[in-house]
Amino acid sequence: MVIINLIYLTVLLPLLGFLFNGIFGRKIKNEKIIGIAGSAAVGLAFIVALGAFIQTINLPIENRSNTVSLFSWLNVGGLNIKFSYLVDQLSLTMALIVTGVGFLIHVYSIGYMHGDKSFWRFFAYMNLFIFSMMNLILGDNFLVLFLGWEGVGLCSYLLIGFWYDRNFEKGTTSQAAKKAFVVNRIGDFGFLLGMFLIYMTFDSLNFKEVFTRAAAYPISESTFTFIALFLFIGAAGKSAQIPLYVWLPDAMAGPTPVSALIHAATMVTAGVYMMSRASIIFVSAPAIMMLITIIGLATAFLAATIGLVQTDIKKVLAYSTVSQLGYMFAAAGVGAFSSSIFHLMTHAFFKALLFLGAGSVIHSMHDEQNILKYGGLKKYMPKTYVTFLIAALAISGIPGFSGFFSKDEILWNTYANAGFAFWLVGVLTAMLTAFYMFRLVTLTFYGTEKFDKRNIHPHESPLVMTIPLMILAFLSIVGGYIGLPKIFSGENGNLFENWLEPIYKPAMSKISLIGSHSHIEEFLLMTISTILVLGSVYIALRIYLKKPQIAEKTSNKFKLLYNLLLNKYFIDEIYEATVVQPIQKGSEKLLWKFFDISIIDNIVNGLANIVGKLSGIVKKIQTGFVQSYALIMIAGIALLLLWLVLTI
Amino acid sequence: MASIPMEYYLILSAFMFCVGVTGVLIRRNAIVVFMCIELMLNSANLSLVTFSSYLGNPIGQVFVFFVMTVAAAEAAVGLAIIIAIFRNKKTVKIDEINIFKW
Repeated sequence: MVIINLIYLTVLLPLLGFLFNGIFGRKIKNEKIIGIAGSAAVGLAFIVALGAFIQTINLPIENRSNTVSLFSWLNVGGLNIKFSYLVDQLSLTMALIVTGVGFLIHVYSIGYMHGDKSFWRFFAYMNLFIFSMMNLILGDNFLVLFLGWEGVGLCSYLLIGFWYDRNFEKGTTSQAAKKAFVVNRIGDFGFLLGMFLIYMTFDSLNFKEVFTRAAAYPISESTFTFIALFLFIGAAGKSAQIPLYVWLPDAMAGPTPVSALIHAATMVTAGVYMMSRASIIFVSAPAIMMLITIIGLATAFLAATIGLVQTDIKKVLAYSTVSQLGYMFAAAGVGAFSSSIFHLMTHAFFKALLFLGAGSVIHSMHDEQNILKYGGLKKYMPKTYVTFLIAALAISGIPGFSGFFSKDEILWNTYANAGFAFWLVGVLTAMLTAFYMFRLVTLTFYGTEKFDKRNIHPHESPLVMTIPLMILAFLSIVGGYIGLPKIFSGENGNLFENWLEPIYKPAMSKISLIGSHSHIEEFLLMTISTILVLGSVYIALRIYLKKPQIAEKTSNKFKLLYNLLLNKYFIDEIYEATVVQPIQKGSEKLLWKFFDISIIDNIVNGLANIVGKLSGIVKKIQTGFVQSYALIMIAGIALLLLWLVLTI
Repeated sequence: MASIPMEYYLILSAFMFCVGVTGVLIRRNAIVVFMCIELMLNSANLSLVTFSSYLGNPIGQVFVFFVMTVAAAEAAVGLAIIIAIFRNKKTVKIDEINIFKW
């Protein structure tokens, strides 16, 4: 129990790092001290989390869920909320991912952010982010989770707008940051409503209490449906699902390590984590589960199609992230929560690697992000190339790499529990994923060099950046082997699934998840999807390596479709026209010019005018002649006396 | 002494008071108004002394000393104010001093 009880250090250390860099960073100016302090805070947190993990794994299964109470946070009437952390299989898995990947990204940032005028501010924000994220993960009630939830939203805002003086696309980075913040707020609103409803229904916000009561109380399905719907809206906002995904591509305005840490590996998976945590509530609302599956797969598919035609390296990866998150949602939607967490983990490895690799490329190409202006970088940056290729293979789901196992598990679960049509959409998305990833790899690392050789001299990044890449590449390969499907691992079953199984036990008692129809069927589907994905990779390589004119011809042939994809289905424009403009115009014309000016202001000014007019009449009594005042006073006294005399 | 009844004193006092009040109300010269105030104070003093003497209670006469002290202080402050007004306005006619309004 010793290390488990120290779990608060994983939260405290990043906070100290934030305070140190935030307060003294500007004075220190030494990048080494700032960078090492920031990274060490997260690295030590990882060691503590690892210690807690090792200790937990050695405990018997029924004792693996421990609560670490810190202090009583709120005590108002019947509402009593403790600030305490829940250390169990799920939170430890997440904690290891966040601190582990977070540490690598911090180290990488020392190299990437070298020379930035606000180096200290970057590390302060990053530490603050890890602090918030750890609260989100470890909190043992909805309110602590919400604290972290809002904290990561704030850090996301701060870090997207980190280069607040730079331009981004049609606007500025600040506008992109604001967009992320506002869209997230819509989701948070849903999450808050869900929390209120949970408190009303279960009279508690504590996870253990809520979840046991959810299983025990006779609560109508409609209540569960509303709670699940609101929580899902929150998750959709944070995890960039339809219809709230629009902020994530814009979040690429931030520095690349930020995209890797927040907008690929950790924060955007918070929604998946929350749904996984509240699995019992979700499985009690079958309609919402269906909705989540549909939205997840729709998001996965649509984002992948947009990713096909993007030319900004980070934009391709951003849409790929949205798409992969869609997979996680689909898995959660069919009830395969552990598969979605498994994919969350492998995705954290290879997507962080992809972003960091992209950062390495951008770094050496002097901030050029257009993949059409790359080409032939393989020989200049071999380490980046090899690691990026590994990540691309992993995300495409090539057998042997981590993405294969996690994605296959999700596809299998959608097939077994939702139906063939869902599986088909999933496989199509996997094919698109493989296609756009290898389009990216080919255009960046192979072929002719399309950059201006006189001004740009590509070079390999320093070791401080490439070593994290190598570690992540290693994890992208082996990360999948802890979750081998039953057909490969035999009797012991899926290690990862077994580890998380106690978390989902209450949820699984409400629905029956179909594990496997038959091994042959599972193997067959796996083979089909693998062949399709490999074919997709082959086509991408062939088109972009050998015959780039095919791509051009195709885009000319389907001009309409191509433009639709290039403009992201005009979703941003539609939102602008249907939501943003009406609100802005309504605020200006109705609320400001009409209601505020002509109603509120007129009421206030009207009252003041009436008082002014009245006093204009009354003020004539005041002549300024003291004697007339005295006369009135004496007359008054005389009358009073008369009255006294008469009444006596 | 005893031949003069108390009413006479009181009527004199009331007459003096009325003269004072009338003077305060109708005279325009601040100095005269001031003198009329003194007249009112003294009429009150006369009443106090009268009651004290007829009732055989010395407190009324002690009280008169206090009133006279206050009157002296008031005279000092009041005259100083009148002089200050005169220096500013070159007049002590109170119908020309009507700045005491909105």
